[in-house]
Amino acid sequence: MTRPRFALLVMLAVGLLLPVVAAWMGEPFYVRLGTRILVFALAAVSLDLILGYGGMVSFGHAAFVGVGAYVVGVLFVHASEYTPILGLTATQNALIVWPLAAAVAALAAVPIGLISLRTTGVPFIMITLAFAQMLFYLMTGLKAYGGDDGVALWNRNELPDSPALADNTVFYYVTLGILVAVLVAAHRMVRSRFGRVLRGAKDNERRMRALGFPVTRYKLAAFVIAAAIAGLAGALLANATLFVGPQYLHWSRSGDLIVMVVLGGMGTLAGPVVGAAALLLLEEFVPELMNLAKPGLGEHWKIVLGPVLLLLVLYARRGLWGWIAGSRR
Amino acid sequence: MTARTLIAAASALALFAGPALGADGSLKIGMITTLSGPGAGLGIDIRDGFQLALQHLGGSLGGLKTEVVEADDQQKPDVAVGLTNRMVERDRVDLVTGVVWSNLALAMMPTLANAKTFFISPNAGPSQLAGAQCNPYFFNVAWQNDTIHEAVGQHVQERGFKKVYLMAPNYPAGKDALAGFRRYYKGGVAGEVYTQVGQLDYAAELAQIKAAQPDAVYVFYPGGMGINFIKQFDQAGLKGNVPLFGPGFSFDQDILAAVGDAALGVRNSAQWSPDMDSAANKRFVADFKAKHNRLPSMYASQGYDAALLIDAAIKATGGKLDDKDALRAAFKTAKFDSVRGEGFRFNNNHYPIQNVYLREVVKGADGTVTNKTVGTAFTNHADAFAKDCAMK
Amino acid sequence: MDTLLIAEQALNGLQFGVMLFLMAAGLTLVFGIMDLINLAHGSFYMVGAYLTAAFVGVFDHFLLALLAAVALTALVGLAVEWTALRSFYRRDHLDQVLATFGLILFFNELARIIWGPVPIFLNPPAALAGTVNLFGLQYPAIRLAILGVGVAVALLLWLLIARTRVGMLIRAGATNREMVMALGVDVRLLFSLVFALGAGLAGLAGAMAGPVLAVQVGMGEQILILTFVVIVIGGIGSVRGALAGALLVGMVDTLGRATLPALFRLFLDPAAANGAGGAAASMAIYVLMALVLAIRPRGLFPAG
Repeated sequence: MTRPRFALLVMLAVGLLLPVVAAWMGEPFYVRLGTRILVFALAAVSLDLILGYGGMVSFGHAAFVGVGAYVVGVLFVHASEYTPILGLTATQNALIVWPLAAAVAALAAVPIGLISLRTTGVPFIMITLAFAQMLFYLMTGLKAYGGDDGVALWNRNELPDSPALADNTVFYYVTLGILVAVLVAAHRMVRSRFGRVLRGAKDNERRMRALGFPVTRYKLAAFVIAAAIAGLAGALLANATLFVGPQYLHWSRSGDLIVMVVLGGMGTLAGPVVGAAALLLLEEFVPELMNLAKPGLGEHWKIVLGPVLLLLVLYARRGLWGWIAGSRR
Repeated sequence: MTARTLIAAASALALFAGPALGADGSLKIGMITTLSGPGAGLGIDIRDGFQLALQHLGGSLGGLKTEVVEADDQQKPDVAVGLTNRMVERDRVDLVTGVVWSNLALAMMPTLANAKTFFISPNAGPSQLAGAQCNPYFFNVAWQNDTIHEAVGQHVQERGFKKVYLMAPNYPAGKDALAGFRRYYKGGVAGEVYTQVGQLDYAAELAQIKAAQPDAVYVFYPGGMGINFIKQFDQAGLKGNVPLFGPGFSFDQDILAAVGDAALGVRNSAQWSPDMDSAANKRFVADFKAKHNRLPSMYASQGYDAALLIDAAIKATGGKLDDKDALRAAFKTAKFDSVRGEGFRFNNNHYPIQNVYLREVVKGADGTVTNKTVGTAFTNHADAFAKDCAMK
Repeated sequence: MDTLLIAEQALNGLQFGVMLFLMAAGLTLVFGIMDLINLAHGSFYMVGAYLTAAFVGVFDHFLLALLAAVALTALVGLAVEWTALRSFYRRDHLDQVLATFGLILFFNELARIIWGPVPIFLNPPAALAGTVNLFGLQYPAIRLAILGVGVAVALLLWLLIARTRVGMLIRAGATNREMVMALGVDVRLLFSLVFALGAGLAGLAGAMAGPVLAVQVGMGEQILILTFVVIVIGGIGSVRGALAGALLVGMVDTLGRATLPALFRLFLDPAAANGAGGAAASMAIYVLMALVLAIRPRGLFPAG
């Protein structure tokens, strides 16, 4: 067995066994932490599709996560107040709400992508940021849905006639299942003709154009697909934290997603998963470790994180996954 | 992940899991508050106030040896919810306290209520939790947001101002603030402006104020926004020409230390002031100053009182934490020596009925700019939302 | 609005614009010449403000404190360039973004450890504390001073770039990096100089902002985002573009905040108009940026 394949199997095993181990240790909290990692991994994978494979550095990807989360939040508000939305009864059915979140995020991505993709390089980074900021201020101004306060959800979306999703372990496995399914689909996508054109355009856009590929249309399609997956991640995030707010769209969240992708290894599918896990575990445990060394030291943990990031970028050039998987094929 | 890292990760998990301690003879409190970022000053003051009370009480609350688990919510609601889950499920805390911001408290409430864990808010007092969404597991030991604004509204009304200019950040707490003010101020409004949350420069708005020629200005700007606004209000030549009013949040010690003389003479409102003349308050202010080399803010006083409240309630139950109904009753009727003096009790919605005082920003004998009590705006004042709360 | 008010808002927009220009000039030069995206540029702004406050405590003289703070901020910039960033010049932009994001975390936490979490105090010098009468308009003296210094620095910068040998190299570097290297110029020295210059300008902006704004951790990021908006609108790498972008953003932001809420009140009820007008004013510059980039993807004055 090759080293990357072995590492993937270990990751899958850890993912499958985590709730079992947590239950055995009597520590249900780690199931929640695991869910959070899976959700951010999903968002990071979606960003990597455009960033790592398509060379589109979006600094506004959190906006699509936020849009997906808001679909859940808005429907929750209407369902709990028994008010119709656009003339329809608000549903709490996960099988409708989650795809809807992905669809709305994709819809939002069409005009944003059309305009943003006129630019490349740093202007592209900034124009995606600009759109995310606009959506951020829009959500902050939505007083009916909490404005800056956001919406606290009292329960998760449901499966038809089943309260199963309310259980943390069930929700964990559902999230894991979605992540694995998306990874498999993404794996096929990047190896398809579509994916090859995308990667070709990243390396040499002019050449792909000369070969007669409508590159911008390909890039737009990738942008919209990534937004849809991010919207789905947003719906899961809302269900995992039972909270929706404009903070999900803040530019620093887009920054976090970029950190996850690059830290894990961009242009790979396993990389963003590793990156999400690494960043969230650091966030969880470094302050506690520092507090163990000296009480109160933990609040200064970012003075450690900063240089660690810098050194990682400097020395682990292919990200953590590159280091785990060994030489790149 | 290689086998080696897997083992390392597993042992790290085991290390942090720790033994599940029983509640016998010990108390574990989760302190979730803002310790980093622009809002950190408020969270750190609450934490330091709480710790000072714990120190004054010899490290025990209600006779139980007390451990405080601290965590930084980074002023992000979803992080706060994550920490709440961790505190409840992993650290198995008996109580949660420390929260600064209303939106974080609202986000955390479902989790805490589902886990039947008491939430003693030393600051955040959103109207939702005071009214229809009031909760048996929530207590606020500070105030309901609106009451502080109402006090200034009444004062401005009594002073006979007729044309007041109103400003607040564009978010729900800002809108509630101006609504609270207008509940008691009935005169004319020269302008009502909502600015971007976190705005730094108010030059454009100050020019509009000048053009509107109001006879008074009321602003709600907590933290860094307040510092910017007050400095620029002074520099624009408005100070001295147009009287400025605000709630205590806009003119408390955290802000005064950074604006200095620019805020002198401003009337504001709070349930507490550093100059209050009680033995408990004098000890609190003196010891806080000695320990941290700065004057305490109202947030620090609230953190201090939160610890006193918990102490009194647990003493009343004889150290028993599992009987939630008994503990709730004990919180509700707890008698403690609050640094804000006499007159504090809980309403049916678990928010305070208390006095709200008028304060004026003055220069102390040693040159520090601070607040001085100049009057009482409300005696035994309850918030306007308690009637919507179904709890008895 | 009467003429006096319009004049005052125009001055406010200009003043905000020159402040943004001081930030944008350094950022755009560093990008144009070294091809480096430096997110930590905002940290120099913060460092400048904190150092000025600290030096005022030592010298008890604002101007002296400001000069010392600017010089020291330039040195801090030099140190950062030597120790951390030099290895990143030939790296991917994404790597630079991440590494300098790490630097932001480091500087913010360091400032918090040294000066504490609570914003600190910095007043304008006594001579600039009040207002100045400009043809009947009472305008804050400190803002007028900022405007004056900003314009003066812009002129000096133009002289430096247009009239000196170093300036010639900077211009050449911005359009064709490889050519300058081929000329046998000590590129390392040139890079260090430009970086220190940029840091110094950001420090100057911070030092001047200190008396007007809160001196606090995180102040750098807020202006950093706006600075990026400015250089992208202006065209990355172009100092002329930075000036145009800065003035445009300053004006649009100020006038948006001054007029949009009133405009919305014409066709919405007051409560809705106040909220919507505020939100629209916050979005104005981002809409501006999206518009400019949609029409001119490389900005108004693309370099090279």
